[in-house]
Amino acid sequence: MAFFSEVKKIWLAYYPQLFMGMGNTLLIALVSTVIGLLIGILVGIVRTIPLSRKPLLRWVQRVINFLLSAYIEIFRGTPMMVQAMVIFWGYAFLSGGTTLPLLPSAILIVSVNTGAYIAEIVRGGIISVDTGQYEGAESIGMSHFQIMFHVVIPQVMRNILPAVSNEFIINIKDTSVLSVIGVVELFTQAKNVAKGTFAIFETYAIVCVMYFVMTFSVSLLLRLVERLLEGKSTYTICGSQSDSASMIRITKEDAPND
Amino acid sequence: MTDEPIVVLKNLTKSFGTNRVLKGIDLSVRKGEVVSVIGASGSGKSTMLRCINLLERPSSGSIEFCGENVLGKDFDLRRYRTKVGMVFQQFNLFNNMNVLRNCVVGQRRVLGRSKAEAEETAMRFLAKVGMDAYVNARPRQLSGGQKQRVAIARALSMDPDVLLFDEPTSALDPEMVGEVLHVMKELASSGLTMIVVTHEMSFAREVSSRVVFMDGGVVAEDASPEVIFNRPANPRTAEFLHRVLDREV
Ligand SMILES: Nc1ncnc2c1ncn2[C@@H]1O[C@H](COP(=O)(O)OP(=O)(O)OP(=O)(O)O)[C@@H](O)[C@H]1O
Ligand SMILES: [Mg+2]
Repeated sequence: MAFFSEVKKIWLAYYPQLFMGMGNTLLIALVSTVIGLLIGILVGIVRTIPLSRKPLLRWVQRVINFLLSAYIEIFRGTPMMVQAMVIFWGYAFLSGGTTLPLLPSAILIVSVNTGAYIAEIVRGGIISVDTGQYEGAESIGMSHFQIMFHVVIPQVMRNILPAVSNEFIINIKDTSVLSVIGVVELFTQAKNVAKGTFAIFETYAIVCVMYFVMTFSVSLLLRLVERLLEGKSTYTICGSQSDSASMIRITKEDAPND
Repeated sequence: MTDEPIVVLKNLTKSFGTNRVLKGIDLSVRKGEVVSVIGASGSGKSTMLRCINLLERPSSGSIEFCGENVLGKDFDLRRYRTKVGMVFQQFNLFNNMNVLRNCVVGQRRVLGRSKAEAEETAMRFLAKVGMDAYVNARPRQLSGGQKQRVAIARALSMDPDVLLFDEPTSALDPEMVGEVLHVMKELASSGLTMIVVTHEMSFAREVSSRVVFMDGGVVAEDASPEVIFNRPANPRTAEFLHRVLDREV
């Protein structure tokens, strides 16, 4: 069939270029999701600090919370393609013509955008942790940040992992909008190849499969990570009442229920 | 028991919005005393207990701990909380940690103890409550009674001067109440100061050195168990006991 032979021809001629684009797409998506996660956790924690009883501090907290909400609302409420243009050309405008290097710009834009989404996911996760967890920690004198770091965030992380995986997958697809500022990721490379071969359908069919291979592998990989994070379902009882030297393994099913 | 008061509440009030829950509580607890707090649902027992370790901020009145004003501006709240432990009805163990880490994390982060010392202390108290074999278990893998015993060990690991209990057996199946009460009795006889909100009248009668009956946000009667259970001065006390003891039989 003409389609397959054309696809084969394009692939053999251009796969180094396409792989290079794919590499950049993955790099931008991965680094940005990780940075976005860090931003999101930080913003989520700050936004859930209880208001201080000291008036001045409380006022400062209100201002910070306002700024953080503004950040979240603006970045969730505008298209990333437009954000990319505004940040990239806004910098060029303010600096009098010099532009930021492309790859760091791409990572900056996607990170800040992802951070806005994940901040809300983290806030939801923090709110949904049982108040008893906080009270248990407060009752032994732990500070807000200690409670967050040792008790709440570990529980939140496990609960939000599926939502963060989802953000990662969205980022793999959405880096394609960065072609508007000329970042050489997979979509930009597809455009270049299509322009050279005039085989638009065949080229994008290849790229379509490449995107799917990326998102589906990531999806499978993260599901595996989730399973690992579930942790062991068994624990060891050291010794027993009848035989003090014995080791008994108890499985989840054997363990007493509440 | 000494005559030295360790926790003193004076005219303590607490309102939630317009709802006045505590209407002027006066209570003095001496070192080594075991005080049971009884009273009808909604009388403010939990609220009083939560005010003592400042999980709730009192609206007015004062709380003194070893003669120091707890509500003062420069009071070190976190150090105070290590001195006043709390055992909750719902256990409130950290879900993301195993039994040992539950008992170690506060000692290390708040008291600054070394890992070795914290673990040794934790193991000592876990052994005391009979849970030392379960150090690797997660809270979700334990029964209610086991969780509560770990929660007691966690509180004890901080070396508190006073331990507060808010209905520690109310969320337990009947067959697990005994194991927790047994641990509490041992603690009581070891000389630990305890304030215990409870619906277990047998515990109040047999273990405590004093019983406080709360009614409508005030301390309606404060006397020895012998007086409270046999010849209460306040007719409301008699009425309450009549109701709950009838149900128990
Ligand atoms: N955080 C809160 N916000 C508003 N009202 C509250 C709050 N906590 C308690 N209350 C109210 O305070 C009153 C006393 O509650 P509290 O929990 O102290 O009673 P209790 O004596 O412990 O009762 P129980 O035996 O049922 O535990 C109740 O009417 C309750 O609705
Ligand atoms: Mg209560």
